[in-house]
Amino acid sequence: MSQTASQSNRLAQGGQVDRTQTLTFTFNGRSYTGHPGDTLASALLANGVDLVNRSFKYSRPRGIVAAGAEEPNAVVQLGATEATQVPNVRATQQALYDGLVACSTNGWPDAQRDIMRWVGKLGSPFMPPGFYYKTFMAPASMWMTYEKYIRKTAGLGRSPTQPDPDIYDHMHRHCDLLVVGAGPAGLSAALAAARAGARVILADEQETMGGSLLDTRETLDDQPAAQWLKTTLAALAEHDNVTLLPRTTAHGYHDHHFVTLHERRTEHLGDSAPSQDGHRQARSRLHRVRAGQVILATGAHERPLVYANNDVPGNLLAGAVSTYIRRYVVVPGQKLVLSTSNDHAYRAALDWQEAGREVAAIVDARPAPQGDLVTQAKAAGIRVITGSAVIEAKGAQRVSAARVAAIDVDTFTVTGKVETLECDTIASSGGYSPVIHLASHTGARPVWSDDIIGFVPTTVAGVTATGGAHGVYPLGEVLADGVEAGVNAATALGFDATVNDADLPHVEPRHEGPACALFQVPHEKTTLRAPKQFVDLQNDVTAGAIEVATLEGFESIEHVKRYTAMGFGTDQGKLGNINGMAVAARCLGQSIPETGTTVFRPNYTPVTFGAVVGRHCRELFDPERYTPMQAWHVAQGAEFEDVGQWKRPWYYPRKRTDGGIESMAEAVARECRAVREGVGILDASTLGKIDIQGADAREFLGRIYTNKWQKLAPGRVRYGLMCGDDGMVMDDGTTSCLAENHFLMTTTTGNAAPVLEWLELWHQTEWPELEVYFNSVTDHWATMTVTGPEARKLLTDLTDIDLDREAFKFMDWREGHVAGVPARVFRISFTGELAFEINVQAHYAMHVWEALFAHGDKYNLTPYGTETMHVLRAEKGFIIVGQDTDGSVTPEDLGMHWAIGYDKPFPWVGKRALTRSDTRREGRKHLVGLKPKDASVVLEEGAPIVFDPKHAIPMPMAGHVTSSYYSPTLESGFALAVVKGGHQRMGESVYLPMADGRVHEAEIVGTQFVDPKGERQHV
Amino acid sequence: MFHIYCPYCEELREEEEFHPKGQAHIARPEEPDACSDEEWGDYLFFRDNPRGIHHEMWLHAVGCRKFFNITRNTVSYEILETYRMGEQPTVGAEHLAREEKTASVQAAEGGQQTVGASDAALASVKGAQA
Repeated sequence: MSQTASQSNRLAQGGQVDRTQTLTFTFNGRSYTGHPGDTLASALLANGVDLVNRSFKYSRPRGIVAAGAEEPNAVVQLGATEATQVPNVRATQQALYDGLVACSTNGWPDAQRDIMRWVGKLGSPFMPPGFYYKTFMAPASMWMTYEKYIRKTAGLGRSPTQPDPDIYDHMHRHCDLLVVGAGPAGLSAALAAARAGARVILADEQETMGGSLLDTRETLDDQPAAQWLKTTLAALAEHDNVTLLPRTTAHGYHDHHFVTLHERRTEHLGDSAPSQDGHRQARSRLHRVRAGQVILATGAHERPLVYANNDVPGNLLAGAVSTYIRRYVVVPGQKLVLSTSNDHAYRAALDWQEAGREVAAIVDARPAPQGDLVTQAKAAGIRVITGSAVIEAKGAQRVSAARVAAIDVDTFTVTGKVETLECDTIASSGGYSPVIHLASHTGARPVWSDDIIGFVPTTVAGVTATGGAHGVYPLGEVLADGVEAGVNAATALGFDATVNDADLPHVEPRHEGPACALFQVPHEKTTLRAPKQFVDLQNDVTAGAIEVATLEGFESIEHVKRYTAMGFGTDQGKLGNINGMAVAARCLGQSIPETGTTVFRPNYTPVTFGAVVGRHCRELFDPERYTPMQAWHVAQGAEFEDVGQWKRPWYYPRKRTDGGIESMAEAVARECRAVREGVGILDASTLGKIDIQGADAREFLGRIYTNKWQKLAPGRVRYGLMCGDDGMVMDDGTTSCLAENHFLMTTTTGNAAPVLEWLELWHQTEWPELEVYFNSVTDHWATMTVTGPEARKLLTDLTDIDLDREAFKFMDWREGHVAGVPARVFRISFTGELAFEINVQAHYAMHVWEALFAHGDKYNLTPYGTETMHVLRAEKGFIIVGQDTDGSVTPEDLGMHWAIGYDKPFPWVGKRALTRSDTRREGRKHLVGLKPKDASVVLEEGAPIVFDPKHAIPMPMAGHVTSSYYSPTLESGFALAVVKGGHQRMGESVYLPMADGRVHEAEIVGTQFVDPKGERQHV
Repeated sequence: MFHIYCPYCEELREEEEFHPKGQAHIARPEEPDACSDEEWGDYLFFRDNPRGIHHEMWLHAVGCRKFFNITRNTVSYEILETYRMGEQPTVGAEHLAREEKTASVQAAEGGQQTVGASDAALASVKGAQA
């Protein structure tokens, strides 16, 4: 490989690089130089670096093929430090900066000495299409080994192992018109719409706006294209209603004119974003744009011809050759052969010759090409071989010659003698494919056009493709097409816009002869015997592989694609798709439109995860909700548990007398004893609270709950059970009658929002005639549960409410003051002990909480967390919806027949389903208690239950454990479980076979383990 | 991501503000106890999954908290109308046949295809675009 540090392929003059500055960069450990204005790809070519990667499957040497987003080979790993590693960067899209470090992603141990090439050479007959499906099928246990090996050799790049130092942004934008692509069509469209007054966003993926104008040979108004480009960009910049977004890729269209744009803000400046005014800038920004109209001016990608060994470094797209020469002033070789099916590609040979290097020949597939560029080439003395094509490239690490022969396109045969032309570069062009990716994200199917030999997009309403993106190629027509699209879009948006031909620059019309439809080039040998003819370079899919797929019976192009992996991965078929379809069509003996096309999915090019995530990471990933007492809990050293978005104290570990810190079991045991023997306090503020008012509030409750509400008097509280209309329990809680038409409903913590939505659903869609209003008051009220035998004594001194057991009965609530602030106190119990739930306005909560502790010292008032709450409630058989139920449990399955008002007049939600055959059948799972035979055993939650542990595997499952704890009160493990027919099996034994081989035995008992008569809560 | 016209707020809002709630116009039987198990099962569990015009219920969950209905083309994802709870759709399956005939005209006109429940709503959509 020829390789110097002196940019031997760089021309002395012209182009758009700044030769006054030199940038140093490293590729695969070697240092090179380039200039501002270079991409990594142009700088590598300037330095004569031919080999940039090893191919995905066959590990063949690969070089740079294209100059833009369609590059399939030069996909590199970027980053000088571990933290700044970026995989999957196209060298053709990465601006060069000083100190850039990149390496090949494929090629293990390195791209130049790749041991895998022996697999490629020797093993390729053994790697047919569907290779992975066919080869790595058996034994299944070996897959992990295969996969590790395949991944390592496939080399898809790697993510950094250290945290990303950069920050990323999201921005929401609205505009009248979004124009994607700032080539001649996009610029014209944007300017036309902007002049009419539309708010326009113009996004372009390249370092510099201009698209094809950046390397065209044509003139506008008799000036170089660069002049018109400069004037037009300046005119756009003058408009306040125009936002120009360079380095910004529209990577996805997501319904109703919602388009995501990935703006690379600092990727051209360095490894990580530089600081500005002491602040680190956002490296990338994801724009979420909702546009009134969208214009796709995304241009066209040139199609390479498919000939033998067309993947050897030195095989390039004709247009890329022109781009490198004209824009980057890099000639990627010494001697060129151009193989083409159209006039336009001739410019590559002209550019090459004008750069002072030799053109061996232009090989044109058409028998009698005639057009202005053909004439020019002949006039320049370039040999033009007609009716022929390059059928094979010679060379291993770099092209050394082209084998050229006369061909018959229609019969797919080589018709003449093969001539070998020495050269180091073969440029090819099989025509142009409109870039229809975004258009097909809309769901609109592209249609084949014989006129342009390519697919043109159809679009949904309000989305317009213009210029090359819908197959209009001559520059003058492209400019006019863009203006028309801009004017039409502005008019559709209600602006007054007209086409003014005088605004259009003059472009000298150029005569171009018709192109011929050539995709795969015939070889003397059959496709299956000829050297590999690559269709998809990134995924190593050959024409032969596609032929094999069709021979094996794959007819649908979607199946061929999946079987061969064509168009997969980050490439998304940019270069290969149409050629692949053409090969499939030839093999199946049908036309390309009959074969169909595959559509593309977002993203057009890879988007860094940082941009997708934006600021939604770390503490901003998901909101955390705190109760008003959070600071106190933290100060007490509480451990926290996540309940939905809430942070709830889990338990409060204290210092042991020996100086250590209590374990969770020790803390929970202490907290449980405090509640059962003295007094404890729980922060229950997270419970969902819904304020319900209206003349029909009571009627509504009767319809939505399974039990009765007609007689609940103000001052009273009732437990309510809520079912779906399928009869399955979906929530429970207490509801208090605050006044005749005013209720306060509580829900489980996690269900607060869904229950409110549920109430609204029934009111709005089924019973709008009921006068009832719902409002979430969860955050407005803080709730503290004071519970235990000493609860009344503690509270008496702090409240003006009469706490006498007769005046303030169990399931009553009273209004008054606690610690001097207005409070609602509810005498309800989730522990089975005497309990008062104090509700105060959230802003007073910390004051009341601290007052309770100041006063509660003498009662040894003990804060307890959710774990103790769970133990205490389970000891009493109180269920947690979602833990002891799972959406398949009826109230009767829970043994809560007492909470079902079958005789209520209105057919309440869930009632009918409770008499369906399925909910009435024998053998449903019932909620029961389980007492392990060995008191020291705490059964595993979720453990399966069987009746016969000696049954052959698989054993019929009889149920599972739903809640299980150690009870300090019982000095035993205990559990709640659902067991088939459990209510009829009291006293029977069940068995729990564990993964470690042990089998636990447990007795089915009632669900109330402590105080089964429920006397303690009434004291 | 959809752009949805809430017939109560009378504005186009982002899909993130809404929850889809499934097929619209599923009436709860007036007398559940008179339903057979099969009829009740149909009401509870069976839903249409049409290719083309679909009437579906949505909730403006973090907006006005109102339930409303959308007529949507499940192929193109085009929202053809939105209308309030209790109202009937004006666009049905016959719309698609008509649309095919006029497809070229619509494409040329461009513009959002959202149609409000009433003329007033329609006017306000157009107004928002201007």
